[in-house]
Amino acid sequence: MASRAIVDANEHQEPIYLDYRGRYDGILGWILSTDHKRIGLMYLAALVVFFLAAMTLGFFMRLEQWTVGQTIVDAKTYNTLFTVHGVIMVFLVVVPGIPATLGNFFLPLQLGAKDVSFPRLNLTSWYLYMIGALIIFLALFTSGGLPDTGWTFYAPYNIRTTTNIPLAVFGVFILGFSSILTGLNFVTTMHQLRAPGMSWFRMPLFCWGLYATGWIQVLATPVLGITMLLVLVEKTMSIGVFDPSLGGDPILYQHLFWIYSHPAVYIMILPAMGIISEIMPTFARRTIFGYKAIAYSSLAIALAGSLVWGHHMFTSGQSYTANVLFSLLTFLVGIPTAIKVLNWVATLYRGAIRIEPPLLYALSFIFLFSIGGFTGLMQGVLNVDVHLHDTYFVVAHFHYVMFGGTVMGLFAGLHYWFPKMFGKMYEKSWANISWALQLIGFNMLYFTMLVMGYNGMPRRYYDHLIEFNAGHQLATVGSWVLIAGILIMFANLLHGLLKGEEADDNPWGGTTLEWSIKGLPPLENFDEIPEVTQGPYDHNPEPEVVK
Amino acid sequence: MNSGNFTAQVDATFMFILIVSLILMAGITFSMIYFLFRYHHTKNQKPKDIHGNMWLELLWTVIPTILVLVMFYYGMVGYEKMETIPEDAMKVESTGRMWGWQFNYENGIQTDTLYVPKGKAVHLYLNSTDVIHSFYIPGLKAKKDVVPGMTNEMWFATDEIKAYDVFCAEYCGDRHAYMLTKIVSMPPAEFDAWYQSNAKTEENTEESTAAVDGE
Repeated sequence: MASRAIVDANEHQEPIYLDYRGRYDGILGWILSTDHKRIGLMYLAALVVFFLAAMTLGFFMRLEQWTVGQTIVDAKTYNTLFTVHGVIMVFLVVVPGIPATLGNFFLPLQLGAKDVSFPRLNLTSWYLYMIGALIIFLALFTSGGLPDTGWTFYAPYNIRTTTNIPLAVFGVFILGFSSILTGLNFVTTMHQLRAPGMSWFRMPLFCWGLYATGWIQVLATPVLGITMLLVLVEKTMSIGVFDPSLGGDPILYQHLFWIYSHPAVYIMILPAMGIISEIMPTFARRTIFGYKAIAYSSLAIALAGSLVWGHHMFTSGQSYTANVLFSLLTFLVGIPTAIKVLNWVATLYRGAIRIEPPLLYALSFIFLFSIGGFTGLMQGVLNVDVHLHDTYFVVAHFHYVMFGGTVMGLFAGLHYWFPKMFGKMYEKSWANISWALQLIGFNMLYFTMLVMGYNGMPRRYYDHLIEFNAGHQLATVGSWVLIAGILIMFANLLHGLLKGEEADDNPWGGTTLEWSIKGLPPLENFDEIPEVTQGPYDHNPEPEVVK
Repeated sequence: MNSGNFTAQVDATFMFILIVSLILMAGITFSMIYFLFRYHHTKNQKPKDIHGNMWLELLWTVIPTILVLVMFYYGMVGYEKMETIPEDAMKVESTGRMWGWQFNYENGIQTDTLYVPKGKAVHLYLNSTDVIHSFYIPGLKAKKDVVPGMTNEMWFATDEIKAYDVFCAEYCGDRHAYMLTKIVSMPPAEFDAWYQSNAKTEENTEESTAAVDGE
C-alpha cells in the first residue's frame, strides 16, 4: 500500500483515502474518520461478518429439515435459529445493506461532491448501527435465552415468551435511528451537493434509488421505533397495548409493524435496482433505455409501496373492504416494477455488450427478482394468498426478492465497484464460477420451497410430514451449492483485495463521475469539482465515439 | 350455494397468473440471452444510444396494468366466496391453544378432531386462549388466523370422504410444528348417527372419538 501511496500522491493533490493521515493513526484513523469512503468500508466489514453469521444459521436450519423429526437440534433451538437468522439478515444486513456500504462510498463520488452533507452525523449513524448490533448480540446471550419469536416479534407471543425480547427489541429501536439519520443525510446531500451542471435528470440512477430510499427511511422508520417502544412499555410495565389479556389488540401490532416493515422492503430493493441501472448501460456501452421512467418509477414504488402493508394480513381477520383495497394497491406496485425490468432488458438492445462478472450478477438479479415479482403477484391475489399465507411459498418469495434481489444487487455492485474501492482486481474466472454456483444453488433451494409452499408446507415448522421430505432434502442440497458459491465469491474478493492485480482507472468503461477519478479516490474525492455537461450514461455522444 | 372447497377456484386463479408469469418470464429471459449474443461487442462494434421509445414504454405500462387488474379481479371474486358464509352452515366453535385444537359442537360434543359430514358447509368460530394461531386446511385451500381477544370466522365444505390435514400456520412457540389435527369427512348418515348418539356427556365423546378413529 505504501508504494501506491507515493505514486498516487503525485497524481492527486491530496493522499488517497486509504493512506491519508488525519489527527489519528491506525484503527482510530478509521473509527474516528468522517470520510464517507472509510465509513462505507467500515459498514461493509461489519455487514459481511453479520451476513456470514446469519448464513451459517441458515445452513443449520436447512440441515435440520433433512429428516422427519429431529436431525441435529431440538425445536426450541430451531425456533431461535430462524429468529436470529431473520433478525440479523433483515435488520443488520439487507435494510442498512446497500445504502450504508456502497451508497456511502459512491453517492458523493457520483454526485461530484467532497462528502455527504453531514459527515459527522454519518459517523454517528455507523456508531448507532454498531451499538444496535451489539445490543442484539447481548440479547442473545443474556438471561432468558435466545429470542424465539421470529423476526416479526408478533404480539402477544412476544409478551409471553420468556426469552430476552426487550433487549433485542431495544437493539432494533437503536438501529432505526441509524437508518433515519442515513436517509436524512443522503436526501440532503442530493439536494445540496450535486456538482455544477448536474440537474436532477443528469443524476445517476443509483442516486435516484438512494433518494427514494432515503425518504422511506425518514418517513417510515419512526413507526418501527414507536412500535418497538410500545412493545417495551407493554413488556416491562404491563400496560395493555397489544396483549389482549391486558386489553390490548394484537392486530394493531401487525398494522404498526408492517406500516414500517413493508416499506422497508423497498428500502432494501430500491438501491439494488439503482445498481442494476448503473451496470446495464456500462456493459452494453450505451445509454440506459428510459432513464426518466426508471427514475420516476423509483419514486412511484416508494410512494405506492408505503400504502400496501395490509397485504401481510389478509387472513388476520381484518375487514373485507380493507383486504380488497390493500390487494388493489399491491398490484399498483407491480406496474413501476415491470417498467424497470423491461427498461433494463431493453438497454441491452443494440449495445456492444461485454460479458463480465458484474453484468452476470446483474442479469441474475433481473432473473431472480422477476421470479420474486411474479410470485408476489400470486400473493397479492386475495383468494390465492389465503392459501399461500404463512407457507414456504412466502418464505421463498421474499428470498427471491431480498436475496435474489437486494443481496445479488449488492454482490453485483461489489464486483462492479471493487476496482474503484481498492484499486485491485479479483480473478474474473473465479467470479464467474461462484456466480454460476449461486444461481444454481439459489434456485434449487428456493424454487423447491415455492413448490412445497403451494403444496401446503407451513413456514417456521421445526418438523414436517413425510410427504414433504423429498422437497426438503432437495432444498437442503441447494443450500450447500449456494453457500459454496458465496464462500468462493468472498474468498475470491478477499484474495483480490490482498493479492489482486492493479486495476485500471476505469476497467469497465463507466461514464459516471466516480470513474473519472484517476486511481483510487483521494481524501476529498476530486481535485477539482467536475462540471457536468451531459447525461450520466452517454457512452456514445455525437459524433459517435466507440472505445 | 356451490362448493366450499376453494381448491378449484384458487387453482384456476393461480394457473392464470402462472401462465402469464411464465410467458413474461420466458420473454424476459430469452430477450436477455438473445441480446447477449446478438449484441456482443465482437458482433456489434457500434452501440447506439437509444434513450427511450414513448410508444414502447407506454405499451409496457398499459399491458402490465391491465394484467394486474384482471388478476386482482379474479382474486377478489374468489375471496368474496370464502368470506360469504352460507346461512345453513353447521356451526362449530374452534379453540386454539398452545399447542392443540378443540372443537365444540352445538349439541355439546367436544372433540380434538373435527368430524364433519361430507358436502355440508361448516362455519367455524375461531378463538384463541393464548397467542395467535392460524387454522389452515391446505387440502381445501382455506385459512384464517385465530386471534386472542376476537372471534374470526371461516367456512368450508369437504367434497370427499377422507381425512384432511389441519396445520397451525401462525408461529406460536415450541410445539408450533406439532399443532396439527385432522378434519374427518364422513358420509352424512354416519355423521348424523355419531352426532346424535354422542350429544352432551364428555366421557361419551371420548369413547365415540376412539370408535371413529378405529374405523
